[in-house]
Amino acid sequence: MSVPRFWRRLKNLYNLIGTHCEKCGGFFYPPRNMCPKCRRNGIINPFKFKGAGVVVTYTIVHTAAKDYSKLTPYILAIIKLDEGPSLTSQVICDHSQIHIGMRVKSAFRKLGEESDKGMIYYGTKFVPMEEKA
Amino acid sequence: MNVGIVSYGAYIPRYRIRVEEIAKVWGANANSIIDGLMVFEKSVPDLDEDTITIAVEAARYAINRANINPEKIGAVYTGSESHPYAVKPSSTVIAEAIGATPDLTVADFEFACKAGTAAIQTCMGMVETGMIELGMAIGSDVSQGAPGDALEYTAAAGGVAYIIGKKDQVANIESTYSYTTDTPDFWRREGMPYPEHGGRFTGEPGYFKHVSSAAEGLMKRMGTKPSDYNYAIFHQPNGKFPTRVAKMLGFTSEQIKPGLVVPRLGNTYSGSCMMGLAATLDIAKAGDRIFMTSFGSGAGSDAFSFTVTDRIDEIRNGAPGVETLLANPVYINYATYARHKGKIKL
Repeated sequence: MSVPRFWRRLKNLYNLIGTHCEKCGGFFYPPRNMCPKCRRNGIINPFKFKGAGVVVTYTIVHTAAKDYSKLTPYILAIIKLDEGPSLTSQVICDHSQIHIGMRVKSAFRKLGEESDKGMIYYGTKFVPMEEKA
Repeated sequence: MNVGIVSYGAYIPRYRIRVEEIAKVWGANANSIIDGLMVFEKSVPDLDEDTITIAVEAARYAINRANINPEKIGAVYTGSESHPYAVKPSSTVIAEAIGATPDLTVADFEFACKAGTAAIQTCMGMVETGMIELGMAIGSDVSQGAPGDALEYTAAAGGVAYIIGKKDQVANIESTYSYTTDTPDFWRREGMPYPEHGGRFTGEPGYFKHVSSAAEGLMKRMGTKPSDYNYAIFHQPNGKFPTRVAKMLGFTSEQIKPGLVVPRLGNTYSGSCMMGLAATLDIAKAGDRIFMTSFGSGAGSDAFSFTVTDRIDEIRNGAPGVETLLANPVYINYATYARHKGKIKL
């Protein structure tokens, strides 16, 4: 991820800020500038998601791309937020604990870094709801 | 003073390593180390946790505990000796992550283990003078101990955030006093991964001189004595030092008990005595008086006198207490610990 690309998405990554269509009630994460349902009639505003959701499905990554190789094995899951939209994120928990339907909440973690002298990317991952964040 | 703690939040990573596990690697006598340090285990950050992520979690708990509007926070100061960047303030990331940007001032503080309490004092001054309505002071560290060094048994990870303001105080800060000298008991040079220390030199001329001078200095200025306080917290590099200094000053073991978290946590450096204060606030009642003295190598101490208000009961359960954060740890072996702490270079 380049520095400008990260910087543009920073608020979305830190605080799960997406968008909400006031007309049809749709929620979008990552944020959409136009409502896919209402099109030009949509009224799109920024929306901060609460960060609570449920694991829809998951996999355990043992062989990762170079940037994530130090984290293996790690859990990658599709999480459906309570407000509606789904996103892909790591879930930080014991591997015996993860299951479909598991309630999770957002936590602030390092997403990666360019190198020892490069930028550090921070953002949102998920942890089990009953655990401390 | 008409300034005090409006809210607070703490965060401790879930991983722990026992002293026995570290001692086994280095062929040391674990029982002798446990007896000497009064530390049984220490917290270890996850692979993707650092000073900033820990500070953000603590700061978010502080905001949630008292339902604070982050836009009212006019300053964020983060004390740490393990800021991830040498140049690029941790506090900018933290302020953004709690939704306090852009109308505020931020900066990072460094003063070994007392940078967090220095941040509290700075916020007090700014609130008292009306420059800001609320200020956030954070102590957060993923402290470093060189492999095999005595520090490795205690250097832990954790963070605490305090929101300082005038309205809705849960603990009024009656007064503060600091004692500072140039005492080279502990340091880390630019670019070096691990700190160096003066061994036993860190005790008498470092910790004990500064903590006792600041504590006695504050009590003398206020006209108070140890028996006026319900609780006391002293910087906790290990369990032995705060226990000994408390006795030297005339505080009882009962007074320091609730805040003495180091045996199960290790030394969280900038978060150390601030964590002890959080644990004490978790159980304090309205009207209780709390005495706290931090210590930062280099060296200096900040002493504080607090009186708890009846609002403590309203906000106490708004975020996890220190006991909850200490509960149900995941114990790891030395190899996993070395991986988590980046001691293995690939």
